Amino acid sequence: MSAGRIDPMEQFHVAPLTRPIHLGAFDISFTNSALFMVIVGGLLAVLVSGGLKRQLVPGRWQALVEMMVGFIDNMVGTSIGKGGKKFAPYIFSLFFFILISNLVGVLPLAIVPGLHTFAVTSHITVTAVLAFFSFAIVLVVGFAKHGLKFFSLFVPHGAPAWLMPVIIPVEFVSFMVRPFSLGLRLFVAMTAGHILLEVFGSFVVQGLNAGGALGPVVAILSFIMIVGVSALELLVCAIQAYVFALLTSLYLHDAVHLH
Amino acid sequence: MTDLGAMYIGAGLAAIGVGLAALGVGNVFGSFLEGALRNPGAADGQQGRLFIGFAASELLGLIAFVVAILILFVVK
Repeated sequence: MSAGRIDPMEQFHVAPLTRPIHLGAFDISFTNSALFMVIVGGLLAVLVSGGLKRQLVPGRWQALVEMMVGFIDNMVGTSIGKGGKKFAPYIFSLFFFILISNLVGVLPLAIVPGLHTFAVTSHITVTAVLAFFSFAIVLVVGFAKHGLKFFSLFVPHGAPAWLMPVIIPVEFVSFMVRPFSLGLRLFVAMTAGHILLEVFGSFVVQGLNAGGALGPVVAILSFIMIVGVSALELLVCAIQAYVFALLTSLYLHDAVHLH
Repeated sequence: MTDLGAMYIGAGLAAIGVGLAALGVGNVFGSFLEGALRNPGAADGQQGRLFIGFAASELLGLIAFVVAILILFVVK
């Protein structure tokens, strides 16, 4: 390993900002992860509350917020269908919390020395909690609405009876895997993107340090690659937030309507 | 072969799965475009399904990436 090697995993380091606070056996210190969650929550609150003036002719801000609400309403309407309206606030918070924390995570603030953005969603602890929330809501809604009939979710319509011993365990496993796949997808997509950016960034630094004829060429090519990957990252940020919200509403559809 | 070398080879083998998922994702979007160009009017209504297919096939590539990362950074 050459000198000046940049560790691509360092950016995911969670460190307490104040002195450590302990509650029982748990460390509940205020970390940089918590700080960025507060920032994301604050941004979302400011964004939405700015559009709540309820003017008859909406200004720009209110039109933006109406578009956001309309987008979520549309998604909930098509994927949950009847009786899905009451889940719209949850899907809204989920989608915009994930979207804004993804976008805050890729802000290039690190060009200011000492400032470093932190992608909240690049930690499975955060995404898994979001996913388990969704899964818990599905379970609660399903059992409250259908009682034990909710288990008929594992029995597909029209399947022959002799196939049941195979199909029911498969459906059960695919149901229980949902929260893990939901959380893992968002976490890995964000982590992979950030590692990719960091690796190409280290190519730029090492190429410039290496000198010679080939060094700067590698550095410039890597820099062009960073620009491209950053654009791709913005797309991935939006897609992953959309996929998370969409899958949550599809699972809710199962809970509300049983197929 | 040293243990470290075997680890790196294993991580590289795990990364093949990421490329295979690329085939799947390309297939999803390619088939969608094929259908969408034949019937553009129905395309907008199927975007939700497009992203479900995308998410399902992408997940397997992401899991391959997780395996590679686990081999590199977690297994001692």
